[in-house]
Amino acid sequence: MSSRDLLSFRLNGHPVDVPCPSPRVLLDLLREDLRLTGTKRGCDLGTCGCCTVLVDGRPTLSCLTLARLVDGRSVETIEGVSPPRGLNPVQAAFVAHGATQCGFCTPGFVVTATALLRSNPRPSRAEIERAISGNLCRCTGYLKIIEAIESAARTEG
Amino acid sequence: MSSPEPGPYRLLGGRIPYVEGPLKVTGRAEYTDDIQRPGMLVGRLLRSPWPHARLVSVDVRAARALPGVLAVLTGDRYPTPFGVLPITHDETAIAVGKARYIGDIVAAVAATDELTAEKALSLVRFKVEPLPEYSDPRSGLSKVAEPIHARGLLGSNIQKEVVQHFGDVDAAFARAAVTVRVRGRFAGVTHAFTEPMATVAEATPDGRLTVWSATQVPHYLHRTLSEVLEIPMHRIRVIKPEVGGGFGGKSDPLPHEIVCAALALETGRPVKILFDREDVFYTNHGRHPTQNDVRIAADADGTFLGYDIEALIDGGAWSSFGTVTTYYNGVLAMGPYRVPNFRYKGQRVYTTKPPSGAMRAHGGTNLRYSIELALDALAEKLGVDPFDLRERNALPPNSTTINQFRITSTSFVKCLTAVRERSGWDAKFRRLPYGRGVGLGCGFYISGSNSPIHFTPKMPQSTVHLKVDMDGGIAVHSMQADIGQGSNTLLAAIVAEVLGVDLERVHVQRVDSDVSPVDLGSYSSRVTFMMGNAAREAAESLRDRLVAAAARTLGEPAGSLEVGHERIAVRGRPDRFVTFLDALHAAMETSGALTASGSYRSPTLGGTFKGARAGTAPAYSFAAYVAEVDVDVETGAYRIPRLWAAFDCGRALNRLAVEGQIEGSIHMGLGQVMGESMNYRSSRLLNPSLLEYKIPMPQQMPKVEILLVGDDDPEGPFGAKEAGEGPLIATLPAVGNALYDAVGVRFHELPITPDRVLRGLDLRAAEHRPWKGA
Repeated sequence: MSSRDLLSFRLNGHPVDVPCPSPRVLLDLLREDLRLTGTKRGCDLGTCGCCTVLVDGRPTLSCLTLARLVDGRSVETIEGVSPPRGLNPVQAAFVAHGATQCGFCTPGFVVTATALLRSNPRPSRAEIERAISGNLCRCTGYLKIIEAIESAARTEG
Repeated sequence: MSSPEPGPYRLLGGRIPYVEGPLKVTGRAEYTDDIQRPGMLVGRLLRSPWPHARLVSVDVRAARALPGVLAVLTGDRYPTPFGVLPITHDETAIAVGKARYIGDIVAAVAATDELTAEKALSLVRFKVEPLPEYSDPRSGLSKVAEPIHARGLLGSNIQKEVVQHFGDVDAAFARAAVTVRVRGRFAGVTHAFTEPMATVAEATPDGRLTVWSATQVPHYLHRTLSEVLEIPMHRIRVIKPEVGGGFGGKSDPLPHEIVCAALALETGRPVKILFDREDVFYTNHGRHPTQNDVRIAADADGTFLGYDIEALIDGGAWSSFGTVTTYYNGVLAMGPYRVPNFRYKGQRVYTTKPPSGAMRAHGGTNLRYSIELALDALAEKLGVDPFDLRERNALPPNSTTINQFRITSTSFVKCLTAVRERSGWDAKFRRLPYGRGVGLGCGFYISGSNSPIHFTPKMPQSTVHLKVDMDGGIAVHSMQADIGQGSNTLLAAIVAEVLGVDLERVHVQRVDSDVSPVDLGSYSSRVTFMMGNAAREAAESLRDRLVAAAARTLGEPAGSLEVGHERIAVRGRPDRFVTFLDALHAAMETSGALTASGSYRSPTLGGTFKGARAGTAPAYSFAAYVAEVDVDVETGAYRIPRLWAAFDCGRALNRLAVEGQIEGSIHMGLGQVMGESMNYRSSRLLNPSLLEYKIPMPQQMPKVEILLVGDDDPEGPFGAKEAGEGPLIATLPAVGNALYDAVGVRFHELPITPDRVLRGLDLRAAEHRPWKGA
């Protein structure tokens, strides 16, 4: 493998160098190569949001992102969003409000909501709905997810 | 939200966060695709591009010769037919002799990596003879040139025909003062769970096979693997990791699960098959495309005299649950109203399309839409309020329907009363301005199918085992399948409630057929009722032994003791107690670790006529919903700003979960009524992706007010009944009837897309039928 195929970026706060052939997408790099399986594969087509990660703080569909594009940037996954012990306020609110059911979409929602509250600590309901509109959930009808995010915003604020 | 009244229980009846929540919000919950085994191969499936074709010959030599390919399988290797219902085994793991729809599995490979596997599939060469395509069920009603299955009725493509007649429907219609008719047409819809199907299989040198799979029904998978692979069940171990949603779509034993196991047996190495979204859509098993014809007769005061129902159900390529579907599309008309005369003819017809099967509120949804629209029309014809009409005809508690369904608890009238009041119905119905309206829709559903789907009906439908050792942790084993609905949480809560201990003491173990006693899994809305009763029995057995030990320690009669707060105390004397741990250790002195078992058997129900068991259940849930719509009459777009949902699930044991089931059901119901549709050109599915098959967005969800009004069910665990499927049904007709109130058009065809709304408005204008000032 040539040095061109070595990818350097910050992953969950730590610098990493990983071999990466050109066509690899970020989701495969995370799940298959780095075994960070908290990021979920729901469609591989950018339609469901289960694979959402943060690239330089912005929610990004890792299934549609060529891994090479994160070279020199910062990637945060659900594993990075989670504190070493316990839960972050968004996660705690998701648990308390029953915002998880099957849980498969949950990491994507938690990552998206965490990014939202970092940039907008007091979002309106419409802003929350807009922020999560790229994430599909088939179990909850979104209502408890929205409640949880509103509650986390109150707690953090 | 209706404020919960304080109940008699410490945990049950409250809001209990899901026990696996912390794992799910951190991405630490393990789903099937997260499983990695050493040396694991990639399994891939070749799907038929032909809607119907005879497989004359196949050449796999080039595929087998490709470096990195370890196995190539075609249908002849494991040809034993299977299917979820033992009476309709018409599927095979891989197509044998014929391909029956675009998407049918015709070959499979195991290779070291995905690209090699894909390359190998491209090298498989088939010689085929095209056969006639049957995409319209009407084309299969009589003898056809090439039946899709040999078992089609009299050379046709009819998979199942049901004819039932109770009372005298013709006489009822002859003496009726009013009759109404709705001819419903329903596009097929699919579950659209977020986790694609996935299976991992590993055959080990000790002669055993382990299969991890995203399944709702591990036990039927276990049986099917044994039958098709011809390996005794005790040498197969089925493990259910977390499952990312099912809604019925993961309840059949599916071909890829068998193929994955077969590839593992062939190669001696672990194999994973992971579906992409197209695989999921082609596997389908969603709600059947259906046409129904519902006629209802009533006398002048609005008492129902009879129902006359027909249904034509597009089954797709396999039977799946279709025999049940065919019955349900008739017999689930038997509530929530008294029906004195009833006739039904239902036909489910094979077509060369992806198989339909069981989807949330299976068999009751399309039928109920047509009935409730008909009742709205009936109320209008009679000049009575839709609520009054329904209340007049409500099934009473402790009654029997004409087809011998046993109705025990029903709080249906309470549902009507509550939702009428909370929705402000009397001030809104026919009084809102043109374009806005309210509609009432009702429903009922089985709280668990009374009959198991296998040929050993005398065995319990659910068994729960408990084990507690000196650490005081309570391990709970059961094959009930939590697919997100919260059954693990309920199981833990019931055990903790009965034993009077903290919830965190109770650890529900992952489903593993080596250690989990059989429970039939998550379908037919059976888990709370059946598993709940089994869990209660097991926990009570354990509690009695702890109480006996405490009685010895305290020198008090066991009957004077009560459990709670991690103690066993003398009733009325809280200072005289032993702790749970002390009682446990005392009880263990004779036996070591304590184990206990509980089980649930359904009662004997139903008549003796053919098909009498279909739709029998130990209890039924009831619902009455009001939806409010706001239609943009220029574009046909509409939204549902508010929805009031009154539901009778008996006692709600975990309000958080019950609300979650109702809200999710409303979302799914709104999807079907407002836009979801599997679109076909002939037999070809046109929209096998979540981009083109659109489920509702957060912005489309109404403000939902949930009214839980159920009284305790006499046989349900702690009075509970189901809340997993019934809450979907009433959503659809509530919207359909609200649209009529808003714009004066009854939409008989789902989904009601904006273009259909506009067409309806045009038709009404052409007929010069003004509506509420339009």
